[in-house]
Amino acid sequence: MLARRIIACLDVRDGSVVKGVNFQNLQKAGDPVALAQRYNEEGIDELVILDVTATLEARRALEMTIREVGKELFIPLTVGGGIRSDGDAGAVIDAGADKVSVNTAAFTDPGFLTRLAKRYGTQAVILAIDAKRIDGHWQVFGRSGSWPAGRTAVEWAREAESRGAGEILLTSMDRDGTRAGFDCELTAAVASAVAIPVIASGGAGTFDHFLQVFTEGRADAALAASVFHRSEHGVSDLKTYLAGNGLPVRLPC
Amino acid sequence: MRIALIDYGAGNLASVRKGFAAVGVDLESPDAPNALDRARGIVVPGVGHFSATAALGEQWRQAIVGRVNAGVPLLGICLGMQWLFDGSTEAEDVMGLGLIEGTCTRLEAAPPLKVPHAGWNTLVHLRASALMAGVAPEAHVYFTHSFAAPVNVDCAATATHGRSFAASVERDHIWGVQFHPEKSSAAGLRILRNFADLVNL
Repeated sequence: MLARRIIACLDVRDGSVVKGVNFQNLQKAGDPVALAQRYNEEGIDELVILDVTATLEARRALEMTIREVGKELFIPLTVGGGIRSDGDAGAVIDAGADKVSVNTAAFTDPGFLTRLAKRYGTQAVILAIDAKRIDGHWQVFGRSGSWPAGRTAVEWAREAESRGAGEILLTSMDRDGTRAGFDCELTAAVASAVAIPVIASGGAGTFDHFLQVFTEGRADAALAASVFHRSEHGVSDLKTYLAGNGLPVRLPC
Repeated sequence: MRIALIDYGAGNLASVRKGFAAVGVDLESPDAPNALDRARGIVVPGVGHFSATAALGEQWRQAIVGRVNAGVPLLGICLGMQWLFDGSTEAEDVMGLGLIEGTCTRLEAAPPLKVPHAGWNTLVHLRASALMAGVAPEAHVYFTHSFAAPVNVDCAATATHGRSFAASVERDHIWGVQFHPEKSSAAGLRILRNFADLVNL
């Protein structure tokens, strides 16, 4: 049976891991290579590197960081942040990424997802959706949460699927960094609307939050950053907890 | 040349190369079909659309089949495994290598299952396979695909996502895995090392 995936996210700026709250106030949280190695040993299923300021400051995801992180890593690696052109995507894939995560460019360049899917396969194309609840609708934002795209999460996810996205990385901006739990309602709405896997992100604080997003939220995978960085909860403890609650997870053999 | 890595312009060759390097094997990518004559083993990697394999052209097809018929071990990974079959409904005008009988078809999974089948799944081993030596029976391996090969006489292990499909095949010195050993942590690296052992490196 397909295991529910636990994904660790490294928000990287200038080669260091940073973490903010509600997309603001970024603070340094460690060395990406050391963190990646620790997560790998703890049994993380995938890693995501997001160059969090790439789009705002016109900076490409740091290829050096990707190479360093990927050196001793034999699990899937996704890179996002500032992937705006075919060349950007090619560069991070050449540096060792298995998948690219696209956000803003999917709005500004309507053919982008389709071209990437044709070139690298749909499995390599993730659409990142940053959504915030406004007047009862989940409004989608680009440019690291600073630009309202004028789309709602469910319709945008459906459109991305038809354009060639192989997965949706869905972040609740309301919950990001708050540790108040994932937005299960948002996740379930998107997960039931598309046939491709949905990765829930934003708000992880306790083991129970993960259980909730996999059950109520119907997530295929759950992503967290700060909850793992501070090593309050080991990845392996989390998986043991989920397995104890009847969810299929990959435990180290 | 010890093991040749076939490059058809799609897919992430760097990961496969890195995976083999971690088990002490350097892969080379021959730039012309006749260079395959010097290869003691062949790896066909791949992600993406079945039609991508068409980029190799008839000369490559003949060179690969010729070497395999001459006894050179071959490992197909993901799309590279699907290419071992007669073809795929993903691109009906593109021929597979025809080394293993059957046609790959799309996974049709009813909700809540998703397609692509992306993530870590377990295997059901139908028989002992030298490629899987030392891999724990309950080990998870990493899959990411929307099309899959049928379960037939050459199937060594199955996995299930909506339906049961061939997760690994073995026919004489031909092996294929639908999952990505280069992304399957320790279990995957063991499989790559096993292939190197089968090539006798």
